Amino acid sequence: MPSIKMPKKSTDTDMTPFVDIAFLILSFFIMATKFKPEEPVKVETPNSVSSDILKESNAMLITIDKDSKVYVNFSSVNDANKDKLGTIIDGVATSRGIALTDAEKQNFKGAPILGVPFASLKSYLDIPNAQQGATPQPGIPVLDSLNNELIWWIAETKKAFAGEKLLYLIKGDNTSKYPAFEAVINALRRNEEFKYNLITAQEGAPEGTELFIQRLKKQQ
Amino acid sequence: MASIEGGGDSGGHKKGPGVKKAKRMSTRVDMTPMVDLGFLLITFFIFTATMSSPTTMDLNMPKDTDKQEEETKVKQSGALTIMLGSKDQVYYYEGELLPDGSNFKQTTFKGIRDEIIRKKKAVIAAYTGDAACEQKAREKGKADPRAECQDQDLVIVIKPMEDATYKNTVDILDEMTINAVKRFAMVKISDTERDLVRATEGSAPATK
Repeated sequence: MPSIKMPKKSTDTDMTPFVDIAFLILSFFIMATKFKPEEPVKVETPNSVSSDILKESNAMLITIDKDSKVYVNFSSVNDANKDKLGTIIDGVATSRGIALTDAEKQNFKGAPILGVPFASLKSYLDIPNAQQGATPQPGIPVLDSLNNELIWWIAETKKAFAGEKLLYLIKGDNTSKYPAFEAVINALRRNEEFKYNLITAQEGAPEGTELFIQRLKKQQ
Repeated sequence: MASIEGGGDSGGHKKGPGVKKAKRMSTRVDMTPMVDLGFLLITFFIFTATMSSPTTMDLNMPKDTDKQEEETKVKQSGALTIMLGSKDQVYYYEGELLPDGSNFKQTTFKGIRDEIIRKKKAVIAAYTGDAACEQKAREKGKADPRAECQDQDLVIVIKPMEDATYKNTVDILDEMTINAVKRFAMVKISDTERDLVRATEGSAPATK
């Protein structure tokens, strides 16, 4: 019986273009990735429709965690302004009468986040920077309106950054309670500061609302 | 991938017993492990990438004032007071709170938007014209001065309770942006209102 000889085709596919693209994507992600800095305090921010991107500038970050504890840090301060942190801790030490050594003041500049009352500030600054992140902190006392210690921190920061642009960032956790937020606002208001930036995650405007229509018009 | 080379004995003339034929090596390299590793890295970077940078919501608070003339006047007809309770519940009343509390209502974050929109429409419908405000808008070069002024009487007063979360606060401030409410204020809750909210929360089980 005559049989038709089928040409035997190779099952191999040339994977080269595929691999090319894969590595292209890989290099893109390597370039685009900016690693999140390790956060000493985990905070889940709420969503908002605001689309303003957070500007990088001198800022005092006030964090409210899920247990409504309040922390401050200055990690977003430019390197050029790092010496201002020294002015802040000097100011706090003198105005509150806390005797701090030079080593403790130096320690403040590298501290990841600060959430201790003035009474235990000295002992907190004795802990090496590397271990401070793992140390549980009680939070800065704010709820007692007569002894809102955040007022002092803001006052000294304001003094240190006098004449320069300084943002007040408030980063609150979804489940933190309102009184803590109110106390933070009150502390800022006591220092005659009335503009704040709340850190949020972005979400789209709900369909059919006025903002949605406004944004649609802008796009056209 | 790599094709199997035929055996040494199958073709060609035979050589002596000790002479081995030099094997022709293929120039193709097996790329599978490299591709595997490549995709592993891609998945890693996709998962760790922080694509969305955080956004900020601007919040401006007014300065405290003792002077009567500097205080913002609120027309009763255009006022809507919103109280934030616990468990994401929202309470509101229009104008002034009646002594018997009959205009005190309960809703959720979904329902409050409709209420704000309804109130805004009512304020716009009641607008009779404010020559001074429209003149000001005209001077600023606004295309439609009437549209700038028709909702000027709408003022939303936000009063969060102690049990309200930060998320609730941001959500209600967001609601102001969403519905383009120009005038709103955050005020401390009064004792009467607190008692009313507490009473409602205590008696009626929170509806979803």
